[in-house]
Amino acid sequence: MPRYRVAVHIVPRQGILDPQGKAVRDALHTLGFGSVVDAHVGRHLVLDVDAASDAEATAAVRTMCDKLLANPVTEDYEIAGVQAA
Amino acid sequence: MKFGIVLFPGTNRDGDAWDAVTGPLGASAVRLWHKDHDLQGADVIILPGGFSYGDYLRAGAIARFSPIMQEVVAHARAGGPVIGICNGFQILCEAHLLPGALLRNASLQFRSMPVTLRVENANTRFTNQYKAGQLLRVPIAHGDGRFAIDADGLRALEDAGQVVFRYVDRNGQVTDAANPNGSLDNIAGIINAGGNVMGLMPHPENAIDPLLGSTDGLGIFTSILAHVAA
Repeated sequence: MPRYRVAVHIVPRQGILDPQGKAVRDALHTLGFGSVVDAHVGRHLVLDVDAASDAEATAAVRTMCDKLLANPVTEDYEIAGVQAA
Repeated sequence: MKFGIVLFPGTNRDGDAWDAVTGPLGASAVRLWHKDHDLQGADVIILPGGFSYGDYLRAGAIARFSPIMQEVVAHARAGGPVIGICNGFQILCEAHLLPGALLRNASLQFRSMPVTLRVENANTRFTNQYKAGQLLRVPIAHGDGRFAIDADGLRALEDAGQVVFRYVDRNGQVTDAANPNGSLDNIAGIINAGGNVMGLMPHPENAIDPLLGSTDGLGIFTSILAHVAA
């Protein structure tokens, strides 16, 4: 069975206070990067998954996000990339 | 009356919980290891504070998959009392025994300090020895205590009286300054709809003796005993 490397981005849901993102933005402003309007800090996960196809690997990772990797109360996730591993 | 105190790798407040229930209460207790498959006859389960599984992924997220938690969930679903303190509260939310989630403190600082709590609901099996509106002095020690829930969930909690404790100032007023972590509506502790599962971020087990500066936390444990005796 082929193996796929699936990358996932998990970020705080829009509208939920993100103090880490705000701290990063403020630090960037202090460094002179005044163009930064907003920043968000989340997690980036890389999973190697055995699956019949990239679609199947992606679907499996989505289920993993729903059940464990992301908190459905406070976080959103998106599949950032899928490639043969 | 037997308390079961659950021990995960990274739990560090089990001794405090042990002292609280076996000392002033004179109750018996048993430690339950995360790999255990039975509650050893415990009537009340305490998930104590600490950093179970290193807070990997999210605080409390991994603990929910441990063997003992399957037993704790079954106990709770059958109406058995469960109390989660600090990391235990985070675990109860991750295990879906309580609604909502606990996020990084708004200040980004780990806060270890005494706070004032107001008893919002004194009609629970964990708070019947308090009076509604009573102010308690209890310590907190956490970095991820910001309670969050969506608008519908918040309304449901409020309408059903499931908010048990709120952070207030010394006059009993809900203020931003009295909110140590940015929790929604200053919520410090909640109970499930069934009334048998409670979670709170503050540490009542550390407010049980005058030597500790407060005995205000004892009421939670005496409430549990009073409920059983009633």
